[in-house]
Amino acid sequence: MSDRTIDRVAQATPERVARKIRGLSDRAIAWIFISPTIFLLLAINIFPLIWTIQLSFTNYKANRIGREVKDVGLRNYERILTDSDTWLNMQATAHFLFWTIFFQVLIGFTLAWLINKKFKGNDLWTTIIVLPMMLSPAVVGNFWKFLYQPQIGLFNYIVSWFTGKDPSSFEMLGSVTLAPWAIVIVDTWMWTPFVMLICLAGLRSIPDYIYEAAEIDRASKLRQFFTITIPMVLPFLMLAVLFRGIENFKMFDLVVQLTGGGPGSVTELTSINLKREAFEKWRTGYASAYAIILFVTVFGLASIYVKALNKVKQR
Amino acid sequence: MSSFSVTEPSNRSKWIAGFLVITYALITMIPLVWILLTGFKSPADAISYPPKVVFDPTLEGYVNLFTTRTRQTQEFLEANPPQNWADEIVRQYDMVIVGPSKFGERFMNSVIIGFGSTFLSIFLGTLAAYAFSRFKVPLKDDLLFFILSTRMMPPVAVAIPIFLMFRNLGLSDTHLGMILLYTGVNISLAVWLLKGFIDEIPREYEEAALIDGYTRFQAFYKVVLPQAATGIASTAIFCLIFAWNEYAFAVLLTSANAQTAPPFIPTIIGIGGLDWPAVAAGATIFLIPVMIFTILMRKHLLRGITFGAVRK
Repeated sequence: MSDRTIDRVAQATPERVARKIRGLSDRAIAWIFISPTIFLLLAINIFPLIWTIQLSFTNYKANRIGREVKDVGLRNYERILTDSDTWLNMQATAHFLFWTIFFQVLIGFTLAWLINKKFKGNDLWTTIIVLPMMLSPAVVGNFWKFLYQPQIGLFNYIVSWFTGKDPSSFEMLGSVTLAPWAIVIVDTWMWTPFVMLICLAGLRSIPDYIYEAAEIDRASKLRQFFTITIPMVLPFLMLAVLFRGIENFKMFDLVVQLTGGGPGSVTELTSINLKREAFEKWRTGYASAYAIILFVTVFGLASIYVKALNKVKQR
Repeated sequence: MSSFSVTEPSNRSKWIAGFLVITYALITMIPLVWILLTGFKSPADAISYPPKVVFDPTLEGYVNLFTTRTRQTQEFLEANPPQNWADEIVRQYDMVIVGPSKFGERFMNSVIIGFGSTFLSIFLGTLAAYAFSRFKVPLKDDLLFFILSTRMMPPVAVAIPIFLMFRNLGLSDTHLGMILLYTGVNISLAVWLLKGFIDEIPREYEEAALIDGYTRFQAFYKVVLPQAATGIASTAIFCLIFAWNEYAFAVLLTSANAQTAPPFIPTIIGIGGLDWPAVAAGATIFLIPVMIFTILMRKHLLRGITFGAVRK
């Protein structure tokens, strides 16, 4: 609309003066401003992606430079999808995704709801709660390994203090049954504030008059919670889940530091498996196919989810 | 303001809410406080059972973090008295300081790569965001979504071709390579956040400037940029924090030359395994700047972490 105002001003002035006023045309400026960014993204994101697709049809190994590269067609994809280990990694990822999101939503929403009671000093405590989320997952994850040490770790000490168990009787990171939960605990500790902040924004976006109207209609507090609070916060909550879902599907740093995928491969999430294939076994072609499968999965799931999110928003 | 408002929680529920939130905040701080404390413990205190909350603070962890040391014979130690307090600390293990450790170098790499990529992201991002905000760009929504979607790729997946590309271009394990890479990752955040901030600046300011005879370009840097300063600053801090914390690319693509602090800190080895006080000291020095920035940024935090999707 305002573009048109400019156009009208420009039209009213003679061509020569107009050019002087406007310098380069808007269209030219737009392209000069945008193209470096697009170029960089093409170089750092799209070109590598295309290269990955191409590599995924070969048996290339990046650590053997002179070796002949053969076209193997879809064999890499076939091997990945029929390998039972792939599905174990997917299961580990699904377990991690489901439980981290479950706990983060539960605790995050509860905290936001409590903070929204606007007690004195709630801003200060919100800032403190948010801190873990901003820190380096690799550095913090590495330190959690220390907290999880069976004999000397603070975590085991605190658990044993509450349960009376011997602190060296359980190994959070060394046990096949506990390790998947150990990574869920650290991720929940780190990222609950993220869900909390988004829920808090949702709660604060609900205007008071809706509750006032409900109060006049004599709706109980419980009913208000389920018919006003929850539906109004839902789009925000779903957005938080989208962000956490994508991030945790890509999860690498925290878990590599904590367990490195072990013991065995019970915490070997897809990203960690990918790293092993690509940078330890150097099966570049195979790993490229794996990367493409992961990317398609995230992209597909995210697109379906965004459609659902938009439906909820429209309601 | 009315004390009879139906939406104002009662004092009792405020009190309970405050109690629960503060309890959570205190529990959530335990690991961070433990990092801070461990940095000032001696190795023996760090691994004692039960864990020690009260202990004799020592700077041993910090000395070990910044130095490399070797064990020496008694004769050598007697012939060379300690020269300063740091020397005295390592003498209790019959050691002498032989030089600086790699930590300072790794930390500086983090600083160079962090600031370099932040500057570049902000420079390119501001230009692109302004164009997306103000001009009719063909396929605007598609381009913006494309920019965002580059964030969905797992870093490990992108690392394979980047590794090959950098090897061919001679960018492997260089500052420039990492700056370009982090800029490529951060630019989506920068464009989305900055577009939001620039959208909020009324167009009338520029239009007035254009009518006054400014060119589009002058209007951009004399009118829009000063107005967007706060937004640019907070976007810069988010880019900086991302680059600062990044681990996957750093561990896969850098080694001797351009390695940043996150892959380095977890590998600080002492006698018989990880030197936890030194690791904690390194973590403390590395995490504190981010904590300070987080506190400064608290008003814009939500916006930053959601790519501008939620603005409060």
